[in-house]
Amino acid sequence: MIEVKNLTKSYGSHLAVDHLNFTIDKGRIYGFLGPNGAGKSTTMNIMTGYLGATEGEVLIDGHDILKEPEEAKKSIGYLPEIPPLYMEMTVEEYLDFAAELKKLKKEERRKQVDQVIELVKLEDVRHRLIRNLSKGYRQRVGLAQAVLGYPEVIILDEPTVGLDPQQIIEIRQLIRDLAKEHTIILSSHILAEVSEVCDYIMIISKGKLVASDTTENLEALMGGAGSLELLIKAPKEQTSVILSKVGHIQRADYADGEETGTTKVVLEVENDADIREELFFAFAEEKCPILSMQRTKTTLEDVFLELTQQNKEEDANHESDL
Amino acid sequence: MKAIYKRELQSYLQNMTGCIFIAFLTGFVGIYFMALNLNYGHPYFSYTLSGVTFILMIAIPILTMRSFAEDRKNKTDQLLLTSPVTLTSVVMGKYFSMVTIFAVPVLIFCFFPLIIKAQGTAYLKVDYCSILMFFLLGCVYISIGMFLSSLTESQIIAVISTFGVLLLVYLWDSLTHFMPTSAVGNAIALAAFWTIIALVVFEMMKNWIAAAILEVVGVAAVVITYVAKSSLFENLLSNVMGKLSLIAVFTDVSDNHIFDISGVVLYVSLIGLFIFLTIQSIQKRRWS
Repeated sequence: MIEVKNLTKSYGSHLAVDHLNFTIDKGRIYGFLGPNGAGKSTTMNIMTGYLGATEGEVLIDGHDILKEPEEAKKSIGYLPEIPPLYMEMTVEEYLDFAAELKKLKKEERRKQVDQVIELVKLEDVRHRLIRNLSKGYRQRVGLAQAVLGYPEVIILDEPTVGLDPQQIIEIRQLIRDLAKEHTIILSSHILAEVSEVCDYIMIISKGKLVASDTTENLEALMGGAGSLELLIKAPKEQTSVILSKVGHIQRADYADGEETGTTKVVLEVENDADIREELFFAFAEEKCPILSMQRTKTTLEDVFLELTQQNKEEDANHESDL
Repeated sequence: MKAIYKRELQSYLQNMTGCIFIAFLTGFVGIYFMALNLNYGHPYFSYTLSGVTFILMIAIPILTMRSFAEDRKNKTDQLLLTSPVTLTSVVMGKYFSMVTIFAVPVLIFCFFPLIIKAQGTAYLKVDYCSILMFFLLGCVYISIGMFLSSLTESQIIAVISTFGVLLLVYLWDSLTHFMPTSAVGNAIALAAFWTIIALVVFEMMKNWIAAAILEVVGVAAVVITYVAKSSLFENLLSNVMGKLSLIAVFTDVSDNHIFDISGVVLYVSLIGLFIFLTIQSIQKRRWS
């Protein structure tokens, strides 16, 4: 569907996008994730033909975005970070204009504009000037524009920024509905959003692709051995003696609990073995109460932080080498 | 192109810029027409037109300032440039919409010679040729304004720089009188001009060798030509500048009643040049 090969964009000596490679397949929701200034918007702007790349190429359905721009752009709908709206137009006028710009046939235009207005719920404001609309409605008008013409790929740059929670839920639902027939690429610096909506995540940091996999795989990949957190009503020494009798423990970290006379232990367990029952009986035998026991799982949050920070450390090392 | 043309036209009429432009131009020319033709009884409308060319210098920048600067500021250029339309058609759509707005007062001017005819003798051929040249002159100004608007995202900078360039065009004839007449002076001025070109080339290519070769070859050519036939350089600059005078082409028609086709060619080629430069400046921005 979309192939990005060796994409590089530099502004002077600053590399905004650094040799990016990936492919986008049909019918999935892709998430571009990265901290602010990671190069998400630049990548999207290049993919849609707004900016030229310093190096590399973008193929859309086999058409190079720079060599055959008209063919390539036909299969893309784009909602940039700031919706490109003409303030002096009404919603309907604007969408009519966008439909004509996308070269829809005259008889199709009316029908499609009505359809997208219904799809993104703009019926109430269709005759109002865009100037007078709230941020949420403007975002939806921008989205309607991207959907017009039902392009195969819809690219959304931070579609939920600045919306209230209710609107965010609505937009997410809309994205899921659209994903039934379109390929969607969205960018965000909010993890929860990407992990909730997207099937496939690409983490970008400093213009580089640091990870790209399905949401589940990414969690599993970094998850490794799960860990157990226990709060025990006993001093450290006693706890360690009891724990030494239990198998499958790779590592145990001890700390004082908040209440006096309690100990907090974090256990790393071999091969994801379930040792909770064993632990319970071991402590019960010694009449040592377990106040709480919790399984912790590596979240996407950890993956994200680890990957983006790793990158920073590498950079720091690199700089100190110089 | 049609979609962009229609939208631009509508927006010019909706946000008053277009309406004010039309009213301003019609009103001013109307006052001059009333004073010169109706009151003093001058039978040539062309004479009125040559008196109001300076109005274009004020009105055109206001028309052209928003053409690309506003799009860039509001990021609506992202919509235009990611749509399946060519950049050329975006530029042409915008250009023709501005020309259309300018054509409205020009069409109104077409009635003025008829009013004169109703009062007595009129020289319709001269008058209509002048109106045509006035229209083409305005189209050249619009293309200059559009180009300058595409260079910036501030409408204020666009309007001021366009005014500055049009002022230069307006004063062009007077400036030619200050050019050196002697062969030596012209040769030196030409060499200096060539040096500026070489510096621009260096700035664009960042290549010392290419710029230096260009400079040496150019200056050598000037020196050799000067040694061989110094009479070639006499009045060279003022002659060349005189050929490029936009206002002189217009006043030849309006005041001297000489309709020279080379003037039309000059206007049309300048329009083409500035439309081309507009496209290039937008392309360049995408790559830098």
